[in-house]
Amino acid sequence: MSSLLDSLSRFYASSIGKKLLVALSGLALIGFVLGHMIGNLLIFAGPDAINEYGHMLHTMGHGGLIWVARLGLLAAVVVHIVATIHLTRQNKAARKDAYGKEATRVASSASRIMIFSGLTILAFVIYHLMHFTVRVGNEYNNPALYTAMLDGQPVHNVYKMVIDGFSWAPASVFYIIAVALLCNHLSHGFASLFQTLGLATNKTWPLFQKAGHAFALLILVGNCSIPIAIWLFGYGR
Amino acid sequence: MALLNLHLKVWRQTGTQPGHFQDIEAPEIPDHASFLEMMDIVNERLIRAGQDPVAFDHDCREGICGMCSMTINGMAHGPERGTTTCQLHMRKFRTGDTIWVEPFRARAFPVVKDLMVDRSAFDRIIKAGGYVSVRTGAAPEANEIPVGKEIADAAMDAAACIGCGACVASCKNASAMLYVSAKAGQLNTLPQGHAEKDRRTLAMVRQMDAEGFGNCTNQYECEAACPKEISVRWIAKLNRDYAVASVKEVVGIGRQQSGDGD
Ligand code: HEM
Ligand code: SF4
Ligand code: FES
Repeated sequence: MSSLLDSLSRFYASSIGKKLLVALSGLALIGFVLGHMIGNLLIFAGPDAINEYGHMLHTMGHGGLIWVARLGLLAAVVVHIVATIHLTRQNKAARKDAYGKEATRVASSASRIMIFSGLTILAFVIYHLMHFTVRVGNEYNNPALYTAMLDGQPVHNVYKMVIDGFSWAPASVFYIIAVALLCNHLSHGFASLFQTLGLATNKTWPLFQKAGHAFALLILVGNCSIPIAIWLFGYGR
Repeated sequence: MALLNLHLKVWRQTGTQPGHFQDIEAPEIPDHASFLEMMDIVNERLIRAGQDPVAFDHDCREGICGMCSMTINGMAHGPERGTTTCQLHMRKFRTGDTIWVEPFRARAFPVVKDLMVDRSAFDRIIKAGGYVSVRTGAAPEANEIPVGKEIADAAMDAAACIGCGACVASCKNASAMLYVSAKAGQLNTLPQGHAEKDRRTLAMVRQMDAEGFGNCTNQYECEAACPKEISVRWIAKLNRDYAVASVKEVVGIGRQQSGDGD
């Protein structure tokens, strides 16, 4: 048993071990980001569609499955953040003395600001959870204001919450900034994870890169369409 | 032949004492000189003026030994792709240029003097696993182990690494992954290296980490600086080999009889 723990802690202590964990947690987060976006786009299918979707998420497996998903995501986020902060600090220490003249030949600007884009996304995620999940500092938990009828049954009015949430300009602006940084993070991170997992070959690398850029763009357009439609074009208001 | 008048900013340092840039004028440098020959001319002038010449490493001066090691205008081995400092020619510069000349900077490569750094960390990584064990005695028959053409070619590509350290110098994180992946990958690719593949991969990566190199962030500055144009796909292979070896180690498959009981 202790030798198993020894091997695991040696794995985390190693450079490649941490990188593999970053890649796997990044992949899990990518899956979430895609699913989350598809679900949210139901807002354009009208109040019933998104309210039903929200109700389904909260009631599947007698309300237990959402907690399984939440704990899984929390684990992925913690692993991703702890390992990347650790890696970034080691990387800074490994150069020790900076060059008097710095040159960059091929590294993309996105790849150079991963920790900055990541930490800003983290700040946004915390805000976003307080806004729409915990719902502090707003009335979204008030059943008198946010209840909708679905097949004769009262459910939380997700539709109205999202419309009201994004009608407030600062919330929309912060959301758009965070999604733009996520797009930037993924424009490097998506393809990078395949290199880290050892799946990139000379043949597949250009494909991973193209898929990564396309995916990052999809996430940008898909997510930003919601606050832009509501805040700028008055959708649902 | 044209003559170039250059302004150099050269790093001067003795051991662990703090270093500084020295401004050195380098007038009338023939454009057919190599970068090292330019430094020789500069040093002769410094010596004649009674000053301390600039210390730098060099040996073969034909791009095969990996000793020369300068970061020129922020680029390890200078601006030419696939070229060592000794093979870089002054015709790549213009008269009036200011050229920054610095050592290969990394915590794992301590400065010995001026532009000379100690790269013995690389030797310790090889010692940890960059070999195949063979029986001594009668020489084995040369064709005993058949090696496929593609495998031989790939191993030769990795074997082109001359151990210069430009990958470390150019990496934003001073990571040695390109070097280690070439050295481990060469042997891990060949049938002769298969028996010790997992052990080698774990040992070389652990030694790399212990030396204080950084972690790869897949930015590929190393490949752009490598004088032998080693491909970053070797790093993907090292990641894969390391993942497989680690899983086997965690579950205890293929453990060498190390006497630890379980
Ligand atoms: C939804 C949120 C996120 C997603 C989808 C995501 C995705 C990814 C992916 C796929 C990678 C590439 C992994 C690799 O190169 O193998 C990555 C790398 C990275 N992430 Fe995230 N990430 C997210 C949030 C964060 C957060 C909150 C941080 C804050 C610390 C962060 C910091 C980093 C850093 C520094 C790297 C570079 C690591 C390296 O290359 O060594 N990420 N991310
Ligand atoms: S991989 Fe290239 S840059 Fe790195 S040590 Fe080998 S030859 Fe030099
Ligand atoms: S001096 Fe031998 S490679 Fe440059």
